[in-house]
Amino acid sequence: MKNIFLLFILVACSLTLAAQEMGDILIKNGTVLTITDGIKENTDILIKNGKITQIGENLSAGNTKVIDAEGKYVMPGIIDAHSHIALDVVNEATSPVTAEVWVGDGLNPYDVGVYRALAGGVTISHAMHGSANAVGGQCETIKHRYGVIDPEGMRMKDAPRTIKFALGENPMRVHGERNNIAPATRMGIEQIFRNAFEEGKAYMNAQKTYASGQSDFPPLYNLRSEVMADILKGDIIIHCHSYRADEIYMLLKVLEDYGVKKICFQHVNEGFKVAPELAAYGAHASVFSDWWAYKFEVYYSTAYNAAILAENGVVTSINSDSGELIRHLYHEAAKTQRYGGLSDNDALKLITINPAIQLGINDRVGSIEVGKEGDIAIFENHPLSIYAIPQQTIVDGVVRFDINEDQPDMRLDVDPDETIPAFYEAETHSHHGEGDRCMQDVYEFLNHNHKH
Amino acid sequence: MKKITLIIALALLFCVSSYSQQVKKSTYNDVLLKNATIVTVTNGTITGDLLIKDGVIAKIGKSLSAAGATFIDCTDKFVYPGFIDGGTQLGLIEISSVSLTQDADELGDYTPHMQALTAVNPNSVSIPVTRVNGVTTVFSKPTGDLFPGTGALINLHGYTPDQMYAGAKGVLMNFPSTGKRGRWDRRSEEEIKKDGEKAMKKLKDFWSQAKIYAGINQTGGKYNPQLAAMVPVIKGESPLMIEVNKKADILSALKWVNENDIKVVFTGVSDGWRVADSLAKYEIPVITGPVLQVPSRGSDKYDTAYTNAGKMHKAGVQVAIRTNETENVRNLPFNAGFAAAYGMGVEEALKAITIVPAQIFGVDDQLGSLEEGKVANLFVSDGDPFEPKTTIDYLFIEGWNVPMESRHTLLYDEFLERDPGIKE
Repeated sequence: MKNIFLLFILVACSLTLAAQEMGDILIKNGTVLTITDGIKENTDILIKNGKITQIGENLSAGNTKVIDAEGKYVMPGIIDAHSHIALDVVNEATSPVTAEVWVGDGLNPYDVGVYRALAGGVTISHAMHGSANAVGGQCETIKHRYGVIDPEGMRMKDAPRTIKFALGENPMRVHGERNNIAPATRMGIEQIFRNAFEEGKAYMNAQKTYASGQSDFPPLYNLRSEVMADILKGDIIIHCHSYRADEIYMLLKVLEDYGVKKICFQHVNEGFKVAPELAAYGAHASVFSDWWAYKFEVYYSTAYNAAILAENGVVTSINSDSGELIRHLYHEAAKTQRYGGLSDNDALKLITINPAIQLGINDRVGSIEVGKEGDIAIFENHPLSIYAIPQQTIVDGVVRFDINEDQPDMRLDVDPDETIPAFYEAETHSHHGEGDRCMQDVYEFLNHNHKH
Repeated sequence: MKKITLIIALALLFCVSSYSQQVKKSTYNDVLLKNATIVTVTNGTITGDLLIKDGVIAKIGKSLSAAGATFIDCTDKFVYPGFIDGGTQLGLIEISSVSLTQDADELGDYTPHMQALTAVNPNSVSIPVTRVNGVTTVFSKPTGDLFPGTGALINLHGYTPDQMYAGAKGVLMNFPSTGKRGRWDRRSEEEIKKDGEKAMKKLKDFWSQAKIYAGINQTGGKYNPQLAAMVPVIKGESPLMIEVNKKADILSALKWVNENDIKVVFTGVSDGWRVADSLAKYEIPVITGPVLQVPSRGSDKYDTAYTNAGKMHKAGVQVAIRTNETENVRNLPFNAGFAAAYGMGVEEALKAITIVPAQIFGVDDQLGSLEEGKVANLFVSDGDPFEPKTTIDYLFIEGWNVPMESRHTLLYDEFLERDPGIKE
């Protein structure tokens, strides 16, 4: 027991120290998959003060730490546009509209899931509010600086604001079925959005009237309306949980009416059915590689979804929404080669530059380019091969995962009352109708009276 | 007149839409696969021809010919035996959140007489989705309490359970667990321990009843379906399939098995690597998985589930791999691929989803490898079937040439270039 504590303190200290600085590192002789500028063999990457400063052959940089990547594949850090790791809470399931809440208030830097994601080459994830409400809470784009104890250190500073919306069964079940208030139908969900946008509009207009001196009083401060107004102004990117084509189409129409352009549909299992409409609107899509049939609204879906969307010109990514899948997004992306024959680079875009575009951070991350942040994943074997094994994962030039340094217990917090770590029997989503973590914090009340 | 037009229109619509729900019929001819790289699994890899006749592998050799057989040029292609998933709910659950489509979990603690084969839906949309990835055979099993039922090995082709049945059944048991059931399990360690002890007592009581029943049932007596289902297990004629995962539980299970002297298979076994030597010593066959799974403990290495199968194999345990999935059993080859990459090696991982499960289920004279006389469950691919990039070109189940179609491919065909496209 004492040993665990000592180890914990040691690991915590070393990681914390490393966390305070942007790193310098030289990655030598790798096969560099830049994503935006082809494949560069035997190429070095120099990261200084957390930024990529040079890409080329035979680079040297004095005393900088060197990683020998000869025979290895070097790609941009993988980005997950939909996850719930490092969050204490996911759902504020108390009202169909909760734009005022923000998961950033509940970041949990101790989540060992962050380390497991790093061990799968993932450097950034979009920590999202759940899908219980039509208008859910605001989300947080985090960098996987595992070892930083201060939640502030997890945030990707200056990343655009995002908010979770949700369509279909989840808000219908939580509010209609459980609480007997709208929405109980997909019609109800449309009106929830229209109302919320109207409130935001009225609030914004009242502010304008006051600012122009036409009114003596500003509107009574209301954070919910404030956030809705910010969406209308284009300051927040909507990420909308969705499955069926009709509901996706509905939201496009609503957004068109309110002049809102920034929209990324999440899961969007039937996105392939309205791919031309999504492309024309400039809407993005972030999908599962192959999850389907775990609920009725995903029964008529296909693992070819990502390929159809991509071929139709929709900016598409593959996400995890799961502490399990996030560990092998490179493999999830590879499935688009079985289901739709995407090229290597197009498949890798699904987990790098495309999710970066969807989160509004593509000028900073998502590809290996000079000037971008030093987020890198190094693989033994091509990352799209089933035999790929992540070797090192680097965030801001700091090595956060190294397969050679990996320890059995990488937790940052150990419950002192716990005599032995809890053992969890395997959970498969099929058994619990829990296809996605989007219903965390509400699902146990809805569904887990399941005897099992 | 209008009515007739309407009826015709509706009928046409019905034809079109029902066609899009189903896949084309399979065909049944003699087939000669020419110039293939034949990965037999049991007799190495050879270059040559393979003849499928009357549903079986009639011949494997060089320069074969067969009058009337359909000829398929397999130059640069590979032939593999169909994959076998040693544990799924395929066919028993259609949509996991819609309770009336769930047929895996009957009420009651002691329901070994519940037959999976009764409730397997031959028309499950998930079946074609699964088989086009090369999975030809699965063990479909009930889930639930102490004795959830009897699972059945099925081929993923056929219109009735009897047509699908692949010759093996197994009575299932969930060994009393001292682990948490999941994140939502809020029981204290004390409560978990108590529940475990209670379950152990239930197990022992039921077991002694079953033993008595097995002893007297030849001489007559009142029929008891629950206990009757246990008779072949008690007599050691068929193995009891024990789901057990946590180290302490595996050790208790080993003790219990030794006390009762029965044939068993352990399933799940996520802590297997911790007790691999004991499993090997007592020669307990293991069906483990999914490989793509988070570690059972927060303190476990991130790759614990990836390496588990390989570690058990190295210790000398007979290891098969399962997905424990329903609609995504198609990921079986990818689970095997991860096990291969993380220490098991490609050859052994391949065996873990072909010949090893066939041996564990006692059907290795029929399934699990490419050998003359075995059932023609096989597929043709353009490369390593563990690699996502690989395409599977042909699929045969019991000699039936099964179309490479599923709901997923049909939707792709319909929507890749949607017509009408966007309306201006």
